[in-house]
Amino acid sequence: MPDLPSPYPVLGIETSCDETSVGIVVDGAHIRANAIASQADLHALYGGVVPEVASRLHVERMLPVLHTALEEAQLGIRDIKAIATTNRPGLLGALLVGVSAAKALAYALDIPIVGIHHLEGHLYSNFLVAPDLESAFPLLMLIVSGGHTQIMLMEAHGRYRLLGRTRDDAAGEAFDKGARLLGLPYPGGPNLSRLAETGDPKRIHFPRAGMGDSLDFSFSGVKTSIRAFLERDNGQTPLEDIAASYETAIVEALVEKMLRASREYGVKTLCVAGGVAANRLLQLRMREMGEREGLRVVIPDPILCTDNAAMIAAAGYFRLKHGSPHSLDFDTYATERLA
Amino acid sequence: MMLRVILNSREETLRLGMTLGERAVDGTVIALVGDLGAGKTTLTQGIAQGLGVTHPVTSPTFTLVQEYEGRLPLFHCDPYRLERAEDLLSFGFDEYFERRGVVVVEWADKVSDMLPEDLLAVTLSLAPSETIDSDNHPRNCEIEAYGVASMSLLLAVKEAFA
Repeated sequence: MPDLPSPYPVLGIETSCDETSVGIVVDGAHIRANAIASQADLHALYGGVVPEVASRLHVERMLPVLHTALEEAQLGIRDIKAIATTNRPGLLGALLVGVSAAKALAYALDIPIVGIHHLEGHLYSNFLVAPDLESAFPLLMLIVSGGHTQIMLMEAHGRYRLLGRTRDDAAGEAFDKGARLLGLPYPGGPNLSRLAETGDPKRIHFPRAGMGDSLDFSFSGVKTSIRAFLERDNGQTPLEDIAASYETAIVEALVEKMLRASREYGVKTLCVAGGVAANRLLQLRMREMGEREGLRVVIPDPILCTDNAAMIAAAGYFRLKHGSPHSLDFDTYATERLA
Repeated sequence: MMLRVILNSREETLRLGMTLGERAVDGTVIALVGDLGAGKTTLTQGIAQGLGVTHPVTSPTFTLVQEYEGRLPLFHCDPYRLERAEDLLSFGFDEYFERRGVVVVEWADKVSDMLPEDLLAVTLSLAPSETIDSDNHPRNCEIEAYGVASMSLLLAVKEAFA
């Protein structure tokens, strides 16, 4: 195993979806910069992601964001020791912008480069808030976002086992679609949570898809339920109560499966990552469960829950430390499983 | 020609999908129409089973398109997040119709201008019911053929599913 010198600043690049981000992390633990230019405001105009606009904006924003990150870190480009970039999965046109920039930098600076799986990046966001996780393997990881909902067992650096996944919709997608049914504007998830804060979560019992003993999730049923409920209700039930009941149904399913997984696999350290990890109720319920069951729960700061490049840089550092760099001709993939 | 069926459960939706998948041929295009929760993804999961796809089929809303390997390749498209139909072109949506395989398009009414003429349109809707248990919520299903190829598929499905 090659021991990396210290300090070892890795520059990460992330352009798999809406965010153009460049981050600089030293020794896989210390964030020196995490510059993010989001397209969310723009996509709100359109009501969703526009792939062509997304790619073009990544091109326009790449260099300014890179400069911002270097300035934030007070480093020159020659101080960077390695490059890490998201190369899978995502919108191909968007991914290619980041990958091309990364390859150009690595070639020009003659330093190592690694392509990182976007979800692996999310896993490593936990190491940025809790560097001691390195000595806490195995870890149980819930990745929960607009595109993904899965439970992974992280046995060591680079060693993942998929324990459960959604069989239909992702949890973030269920939030967004539920919000649209409630008539809330984009981004639906956060708006639904805000509305739910003052609502009665016990007002309606939306069904939880148990999926038997499996650690899989299903969120399309609860989505259909809220629709059927709204059609019958004729606007009698306050929207706050519907939002709170709906949010609770989704969050309880997530927390329940994490508890079940921790018992089944005897894992004491639970991590949450991905955009939905910023959900207040999910954080609260996870922490309550952890306290009740004597389990450690790690949840990154909101900025590290969204798509960002600091997590990619951290993942890149550990890949270089425990594995090897890629050659410059590595590929970019729209879809690929991490485990 | 149109076929109307009532799907009384998730299992029946899956079974209709499997029948479609088993009888689909290279070039089959299935256009799904129906609101959130109408059963489009479930039907597609059935189609995938019928095509012998072993990889789990999940909602492609976030990724826009998912490809699966089966007896024939399956391309599962979902323009739900897109505001304008033309945006599908930016990632080569039209090319899927030239490739060997079966294409399933959710929210097909949003992109009707961009679909080939000969397609099988499947319209799903929730039937009135007291239940909020989505697995047992009855769905109305209308299947309509718009060409020679889709007509022969519809006839095969009608025979098998009746």
